[in-house]
Amino acid sequence: MTKQIAGKKESTEKECMAGKMKSSERKQGLVTDKFTVGYGKKVILSNVNLMAEPGRVLTLIGPNGSGKSTILKSIVKQLKSLDGVVYLNGKATSEMKEAEIAKSLSMVMTEHIHPELMSCRDVVATGRYPYTGRLGILDKQDWKLVDEAITMVHAEEVAEQSFTRISDGQRQRVMLARAICQDTAILVLDEPTSYLDIRYKLDILNSIRKLARERNIAVMMSLHELDLVQKVSDMVACVDGTTVSHIGTPEEIFQGSLVQKLYGIEEKNFDSMLGIMQMPGNKAAPNVFVIGGGGAAIPTYYRLQREHIPFAAGILFENDVEYPVATALASKVITAKAFYPMEEAQLEEAKKILAGCETCICTCENFGPYNMLNKELRSLAEEQGKLK
Amino acid sequence: MKRYAVSFITIIILLVGLIFWNIGSGSISISWDELWNILLKQTEEGTAYHIIWDIRLPRILAAVMLGGALSISGFLLQTFFGNPIAGPYVLGISSGAKLMVALAMIYLLGRGITISSFGMVAAAFAGSLLAMGFVLLISMKVHRMSLLIVCGILIGYICSAITDICVTFADDSNIVNLHNWSQGSFSGMNWSNILMIFILTLLSFLAAMFLAKPIGAYQMGETYARNMGVNITVLRVSLILLSSLLSACVTAFAGPISFVGIAVPHLIKSATGTAKPLVLIPGCFLGGAVVTLFCDGIARTLFAPTEVSISTVTAVFLVPVVIVMMLRRQEERG
Repeated sequence: MTKQIAGKKESTEKECMAGKMKSSERKQGLVTDKFTVGYGKKVILSNVNLMAEPGRVLTLIGPNGSGKSTILKSIVKQLKSLDGVVYLNGKATSEMKEAEIAKSLSMVMTEHIHPELMSCRDVVATGRYPYTGRLGILDKQDWKLVDEAITMVHAEEVAEQSFTRISDGQRQRVMLARAICQDTAILVLDEPTSYLDIRYKLDILNSIRKLARERNIAVMMSLHELDLVQKVSDMVACVDGTTVSHIGTPEEIFQGSLVQKLYGIEEKNFDSMLGIMQMPGNKAAPNVFVIGGGGAAIPTYYRLQREHIPFAAGILFENDVEYPVATALASKVITAKAFYPMEEAQLEEAKKILAGCETCICTCENFGPYNMLNKELRSLAEEQGKLK
Repeated sequence: MKRYAVSFITIIILLVGLIFWNIGSGSISISWDELWNILLKQTEEGTAYHIIWDIRLPRILAAVMLGGALSISGFLLQTFFGNPIAGPYVLGISSGAKLMVALAMIYLLGRGITISSFGMVAAAFAGSLLAMGFVLLISMKVHRMSLLIVCGILIGYICSAITDICVTFADDSNIVNLHNWSQGSFSGMNWSNILMIFILTLLSFLAAMFLAKPIGAYQMGETYARNMGVNITVLRVSLILLSSLLSACVTAFAGPISFVGIAVPHLIKSATGTAKPLVLIPGCFLGGAVVTLFCDGIARTLFAPTEVSISTVTAVFLVPVVIVMMLRRQEERG
């Protein structure tokens, strides 16, 4: 079942990549066709072909200045696009009036607004603007939708407060509520989680998923937090500063070293599978030997990395939770194959490295039949007076 | 809703009170009985009748309508620039209008043609747009509002200086009035002026009310306003034309009047506790009328029979308001 869906998605993506957008005019959601964007006359990105389908979240990733925001700003016409077409539910925006676009696409951008003397509820209510009459007065039904949107993003407690006096996190929620009650099939979000603490990040992304799932909204957004991208996106597009270099499911994008190359970092510094970032460790000849396993040594690895002390780690199974951290930070990791007992050869290698180290740290307290060799290593370190 | 109502009722009571104060006070004192008779047209002759009907009433109506027009002009400019320190006077727009009116008057009077009130407004409108054009050109280069205001004030100085030169050297006996006018004054209003002012102010007021919805959206910033379905270009052009027309109308008939355009929208926001254009536009009109009528009353009566220029009085009362507002904003931002 899942395979089928993935396969179907893949074929649509291939169509996009090949620029076969003939059917795009009939496609629902947000589609860009050979979109060229930039500032003034200067082209930043060209041939941008993206598609956010109803009920799905498309996330743009890429380093700072790669043009994610430029794409989104051009879609919402904050910037003049240089070439290509944007389709909203099959209709080109160039042929739509502002009022019509307002009923198809809502957005939350990064720019701060300073509305005077407006409560958060008033700000949310501006989302109903496209549906009001000549004087812009909201009726009961409008206010009902406003309050629903506020409830959906859990912003009830700030609803009556002045918008300029609430925190960034609450502001972002209010702006999302504003976009929600605009009641559009398409939602564009530029870095909806920046400046937010972890609680608000989770909250906002949860709301976004909920919108896609429950209201079948097509979401296109940019996101900086790679660890969150995989968890919230149905599709990921890599923006590399000249065009959209790759589009695929998170599974496809977060494998191999694609993401690391996109951001110009070393493969070890980002664990694409878990979405964990690692600072580079000191890779000189190890001074410290860490006997770990099971996750207990991770704080020690981080401490040694912070203090810039080169260290070796072992003996670790390849499927140990510590393994990705150790390989990123340690100058040397002695590994054992997963689901197999540790081997003598690994012990010998560990002993050799231990001989060159001044100290040994053992975070392992319980030794079972499969890590007896670590116990032996610990005893050896103790004999040599290296154990701390 | 209650707060709007209280504010509006208070403003209207103030306005009515000020109207009566202004009718009753002046260098010639008229008793209340006599006043009632004159107002109800029981007696239709005598000096007092002419003073009331030909001098004081037109003047009061002019102060009410032009004060209102000026405040709306200020509110529209503040919306346009997204900044509460903007106003037709500080941006040099009033002075631009003044210069053009002075030039037109001197040119036409030199040829023995009396300029019609429509011609005055047309000249003032051209001057407003010219000064506005300069300010907009500068605003494309300078994004800091404080610098833009400084540039506006400088444009105002240049225009005033040129006006002064023209007025000084054009020593035609007909231009005696010009000096008073160029300092800002409501004196010398007649009923044909009032009719012209009434038509222009009413039309502009209705146009502003018609724009209340997009202005409300524009307060959320250009990006969001566009996403709310507002045609930004149309709105921006309308704001410029309308605010220029309003301040041109004021300048053509009463000369440049300082600070009403900046201070009144702020006072009304504080009084009503809202920035909604649907409330603020009528609020600014009434508030502007009250403030201007009050200041004109003082200008007339303080050293009667000598008059102080209206801008002298508005500056004394309104500059502190502007300063307090700027300090408060600083606090909120910081």
